[in-house]
Amino acid sequence: MNTPEKLLEIKNLSIEFGKKKKRFIAVNDVSFDIYKGETLGLVGESGSGKTTIGRAIIRINETSHGDILFKGRRINGKIDRALDQEVIRKIQMIFQDPMASLNERAKVDYIVSEGLYNTRNYSTEEERKKKVEQALLNVGLLPEFASRFPHEFSGGQRQRIGIARTLVMEPELIIADEPISALDVSIRAQVLNLMNDLKKRLGLTYLFIAHDLSVVRFITDRVAVIHKGRIVELAETETLYKNPIHPYTRGLLSAIPIPNPKLERERQVSFYDPGTHKYEGDAPKWVEAEPGHFVLK
Amino acid sequence: METPVSILSVKDLVIKFNLRGKTLTAIREASMDLYKGESLAIVGESGSGKSVFNKAFMGLLDKNGWVESGSILYKGKDLANYKTENDWLKIRGKEIAMVFQDPMTSLNPLKTVGKQVQEAVELHQGLRGEAAKKVVLDILKDVGISEPEKRYRQYPFEFSGGMRQRVVIAIAIACRPEVLICDEPTTALDVTIQAQILQLLKGLQEKYSLTIIYITHDLGVVANVADRVAVMYAGDIIEIGTADDVFFDPQHPYTWALLSSLPQLGIKGEPLYTIHGTPPNLFKEIKGDAFAPRNPRALQVDFVHRPPYFEVSETHKAKTWLLDPRAPKVERPKSIENIRAQWGVL
Repeated sequence: MNTPEKLLEIKNLSIEFGKKKKRFIAVNDVSFDIYKGETLGLVGESGSGKTTIGRAIIRINETSHGDILFKGRRINGKIDRALDQEVIRKIQMIFQDPMASLNERAKVDYIVSEGLYNTRNYSTEEERKKKVEQALLNVGLLPEFASRFPHEFSGGQRQRIGIARTLVMEPELIIADEPISALDVSIRAQVLNLMNDLKKRLGLTYLFIAHDLSVVRFITDRVAVIHKGRIVELAETETLYKNPIHPYTRGLLSAIPIPNPKLERERQVSFYDPGTHKYEGDAPKWVEAEPGHFVLK
Repeated sequence: METPVSILSVKDLVIKFNLRGKTLTAIREASMDLYKGESLAIVGESGSGKSVFNKAFMGLLDKNGWVESGSILYKGKDLANYKTENDWLKIRGKEIAMVFQDPMTSLNPLKTVGKQVQEAVELHQGLRGEAAKKVVLDILKDVGISEPEKRYRQYPFEFSGGMRQRVVIAIAIACRPEVLICDEPTTALDVTIQAQILQLLKGLQEKYSLTIIYITHDLGVVANVADRVAVMYAGDIIEIGTADDVFFDPQHPYTWALLSSLPQLGIKGEPLYTIHGTPPNLFKEIKGDAFAPRNPRALQVDFVHRPPYFEVSETHKAKTWLLDPRAPKVERPKSIENIRAQWGVL
């Protein structure tokens, strides 16, 4: 990789909810790029704004300031219909809980085709069927499953259906919002393997949103850590784990339980104290501590 | 180490449920000893029966479920024979208390936090009015809630997730139980909050000399809190031992599979180990080792006879025919040996 192509660029993005006294800044001046073919992890605790960023990218949340560029074109705010349709097709989302995110009253065939119907992205009924079949095969399900209802499937299979319905759109960027948090350990492995496999075969790019740093290490190439709407650290995954600089990242890393009783007995958790920074006095700066390793200081 | 004293002894427990006219066997002759003062973690996937197993100790089984056979001995009494609410009221809370998974739903939104803790104090410690309130404030302080006077008058919605879980723990502690069952106590919480709650529970365990059962599927949490680990699969405890036994020297193929599929222990760029197939249908009778159909290394006998416990050491036993002296030598999968090498156990 010499000069990796930027698939998505986020520049000085802020997202606010409410007005005047009730104003709440959910995302505060966030900038990062997603390169084509990588998996970028976005890690933070609940309420940190990680999902809000994901939703802003697929145009569900309105942005207040800043730009989101997809292949160099601005996709936030007012855009023309053709670009909107393209964004819908090229950027797809996988949701957290496969028990809640599938329409119980629709057959798998309809669930997977819904995006196709909405964008009229097929010319004949035959072509649609073919696309659904291919999407199901891609996630390791049998094409026959198309005539079944979601309740006939296990959690892992349902998450596969959730992935199939994004693949049918032939996306380039997939935003996976905690895709495995609701799954059992053994099923997690299946879904992670599938995601890695699809990335290789179909040349996908992922934004992997999670709160669990242990899983993120396995699947991501780079990780951005977000705290209270600001990205506090961004680096290649191994660099971040071996040399965390920001105290919040350190606290977060020290808090993950490791499945090893010996290490756990000696573990010291360092809790993050935001009081160590004085953000009010002088604005924090985004500093490159070492090549490719950025931190908010 | 002094010889452990068993305070709860479960033997060949069978629990069945009636579901849409069919009978489901949720717990299949599971046996377990709980030692005084220890932390025992019960791990297993959803549907393995870990919650049902523990609910049986408190008489909290759903109406369509019952104890078919076996015994649950607690302080010389067999809880398996308890039928009426009056019987259970002597156990529930007073002797065995429970902390539930989701603090967002296990508190009453219409009552102040103080009142909810006070209910437990009044009922179980026989105190009233100011005296009870004083105890409540002490307990709130114990579980790490600052400004207890102010917090006493607040409602659950004014508390964050971590703080609510502290309140739920306070209610359980207020009953002065011997045994505390924590059902996925931190699953709904952020990692940093999780670390705080686990620390809190350890502290309380010492202060109140509690015996704690943790029910969880997070092996990281297990490594952090457990003295001993019981692995549950299809309604049976298939392996039990000290945390070191189970993590560093696992014997049952299911335990191997569970450890191998952890992303934390996977090697980047290589696929993770996955367990094929699905857990057995508990409506049907299970023959042999319940894990055999999903075990690529299963022996023929695994499909015919159910394995008994084989002792690996004094503290460690597993239900697998691989430990029978007559069994052929089966190597542990490479993934497990890799993990052990990575941990420096080898």
